[in-house]
Amino acid sequence: MTTHAATLDHEMSHEEAANDRVMFGFWVYLMTDLLMFAVLFAVYAVMRESTVGGPDGAELFSPGLALIETLILLTSSFTCGLGMIAARRSNKTQVLAWFGITFFLGLLFLSLEIREFQELIHEGQTLRTNAFMSSFFVLVGTHGLHITSGLLWLGTILFYVNKRGLNAPLVRKLALLSLFWHFLDIVWIFIFTVVYLMSFA
Amino acid sequence: MREFLIGKLSGRALPHEWFTIGGSIAFILLVVGAIVLITYTKRWKWLWNEWLTSVDPKRIGIMYFLVGGFMLLRGGLDAIMLWLQQALASGSSQGYLTADHYQQIFTAHGNIMVFFVAMAFIFGLINYIVPLQIGARDLASPFLNSLGFWLYVGGVVMVNMFFLLGGEYAATGWLAVAPLSGTEFSPGVGVDYWIWSLQISGIGTTLGAINFIMTILKMRAKGMTLWKMPLFTWGSLCSMIMAVTVFPLLTATIFLLFFDRYLGTHFFTTTGGGNPMMYTNLIWMWGHPEVYILMLPSFGVFSEIVTTFSRKRIASYTSNVLGMIGVSSLALSVWLHHFFTMGAGANVNAFFGVMTVLIAIPTTILVFTWIATMYKGMIKFSTPMLWFLGFVGLFAIGGMAGVILAVPPADFQLHNSLFLVAHFHTMVVGGVLFGIFAGLAFWFPKLAGFRLNERLGKYAFWCWIVGFLMAFTPLYVLGIMGATRRMDHYEASTGWQPFFIMALIGGIIIMIGVAMQLVQIIASIMQRHLLADKTGDPWDGRTLEWATPSPPPSYNFTSIPAVSTRDAFYEMKLDGGFKKVYEDIHMPKNTASGIYISIFAFLIGFGFIWEIIWLVVASFIGMLWCLIKRTFDDESEYTITAKEVKAREDAAAKLPSATKSRIQQKEEMGLIEFIRIVLSWAMSIVRRKR
Repeated sequence: MTTHAATLDHEMSHEEAANDRVMFGFWVYLMTDLLMFAVLFAVYAVMRESTVGGPDGAELFSPGLALIETLILLTSSFTCGLGMIAARRSNKTQVLAWFGITFFLGLLFLSLEIREFQELIHEGQTLRTNAFMSSFFVLVGTHGLHITSGLLWLGTILFYVNKRGLNAPLVRKLALLSLFWHFLDIVWIFIFTVVYLMSFA
Repeated sequence: MREFLIGKLSGRALPHEWFTIGGSIAFILLVVGAIVLITYTKRWKWLWNEWLTSVDPKRIGIMYFLVGGFMLLRGGLDAIMLWLQQALASGSSQGYLTADHYQQIFTAHGNIMVFFVAMAFIFGLINYIVPLQIGARDLASPFLNSLGFWLYVGGVVMVNMFFLLGGEYAATGWLAVAPLSGTEFSPGVGVDYWIWSLQISGIGTTLGAINFIMTILKMRAKGMTLWKMPLFTWGSLCSMIMAVTVFPLLTATIFLLFFDRYLGTHFFTTTGGGNPMMYTNLIWMWGHPEVYILMLPSFGVFSEIVTTFSRKRIASYTSNVLGMIGVSSLALSVWLHHFFTMGAGANVNAFFGVMTVLIAIPTTILVFTWIATMYKGMIKFSTPMLWFLGFVGLFAIGGMAGVILAVPPADFQLHNSLFLVAHFHTMVVGGVLFGIFAGLAFWFPKLAGFRLNERLGKYAFWCWIVGFLMAFTPLYVLGIMGATRRMDHYEASTGWQPFFIMALIGGIIIMIGVAMQLVQIIASIMQRHLLADKTGDPWDGRTLEWATPSPPPSYNFTSIPAVSTRDAFYEMKLDGGFKKVYEDIHMPKNTASGIYISIFAFLIGFGFIWEIIWLVVASFIGMLWCLIKRTFDDESEYTITAKEVKAREDAAAKLPSATKSRIQQKEEMGLIEFIRIVLSWAMSIVRRKR
């Protein structure tokens, strides 16, 4: 009565239990990441008026570009979701195709963001200009770094999917990655609202 | 070219002051000594396979204790240096330390004691005990745990690295307040060492905390609902939830400070629109919960000890758990009481003052549940229980001082005075450190297979409590008299010197207590056969960790027990004990990835400190490579079949009982006996040499 016998169902659930734990742990990790972004958002909120006489967001940002970036990222989340459906159906070609598109869209987003940064720097607005610019570059840049690491991670998974086929551990990694990708999407929605839209409010 | 290769490094970075030379020589001697010893005893392979690459939380727990214990001595040395300076530096005497050096010492003392001693011991205890208490074989992610430990070690090396290269540590106070920690006022590498030692170990803490939350919430034995969990596990869970809540804030804040110093941003600077007070806010949003992160597992330890040594169930388990939850939720909304004087306005101060005073309620409930448990219990006054009673006394004193400080008008008088220093030392030493010592004494038989010497343990306890009161009671008085903290010199006319001398004497008594603890461990090893714990349950314990042999096998339990009540093991004993059933066991394989990743993380920090960009880039690539290698390795587990488990258990049961020891005694040795044995042993070596 003090122990339960070694039963078969216990053995079979070993993999599932591990999966369940990893998924849960990854959610907890995402929450910690979210808190890091929370700090950066708070800092931005404090700093957005601290332009020390320099131009503010309304003068510097272009809402059109931000909107295009948003749409690209949202679309990439959509294709990422389609890729996950394909992964659940164990359709390797579709997985490679949909996640390939996700990867490409992520890259496009990143290049647009880099171009935006370059233009700002070209206008003499850098990290060092004032507190407002510091907080802008760090907040948006941190999101960009997350996208970069997401792309790196996705690229590696796709490499292994191509090499090893769609096995259970790789599907699990894809599931984690898609969580990460949707998470970055949500963070971007907040950036779009707080940084870009509110500058024109 | 030279700048590209070695950045800011130059001959001037090498040790050239007495303390950096002394520190460097001490560390080099330690490392060389360790290498010689391991090579001489041919233990390299054993060390690597059995310990360094181990993912067994029990092994990692012990490694945390060893490193944390070493850092306790290191931080204690700092403390003695501070006490000595303050006892000397009155009037015309300037003491033996320069002001700048004094500032570096108290900064290092604070960092070491909080990050590298208290956190290490707490993580060690959680590592060792929580899986056993919840009936798990390992942690949810053994690799993450190993990585967390090695990142902590990376931080430890970083915090001591300044002795060898750079020669200066941050002189900013343990939280490196801005703008003092900016490049304008701290141009040297000291603050950079601060940044990277905390950053590396802090990320390790976040990873470790995520892992423990996964483990506690997802890997409990069948039947162990949240409301049947042992109280130490509850304390750990509350603590780890707070850790994942606030450590990301620390990481983000330190990165912002790093950007200020390295990239020239304007977050916390005095120019360019920066806001130094934002740094104070952010760092204390982490800093205040941090002390509760340390305190809650310690509360859990006390619950286990009080119930075991009073031979009673906890009085009101529900109040105890709700008390811990209450403390942890309130702890997140009190940070501003660290800077009432900032001028946030009366209403803001009032809110945080009230929240702070409120924390006294759940804390008091906790203390009352322990006292009520002792009431009419069959109390055994063993060392863990003494540490607990010492804690109750100190906690009451420190708590009342805390309530005084929580009232903004009083705080305006006492802010940054020695009264505050006395308050938080009473809480952290009395609450956290005594909890750790109690826990170590309590669980030592589980992890070593023999009990600790009780007599010497009691000597150590009395030295600690007497020394502590002597060292810190004067500081309360001095604080009220107006002595500020972080003060390296004062006028003779203040009449403070006798108080500082008394504090120094108290400090020396504490050091005797520490020495007594070392003697206690050595003496216990010498008498390990006498003190051996053959049953695995030396204290008539109540929770599942005592159902395993001491020390437990790598897989903890032959089969996972089914739990139906609180105090699961106690109920099992009433029903005839824990029955062994053999089954196939899946165990994680050892891995060295954690070590490699941590080395690369260390090198990234080192590269940034000395501005060696190629090192940063190369290490970053190396780290990514290791991570990818590790995550895409699907064969990280192995299986022990039921047959092998049975064979191992039978072999363990057959081990010859107590081989004859050279030291034959009927009772535990005292101090004089210990000195006599050591002396006669030394004499015999000398005679043999002749």
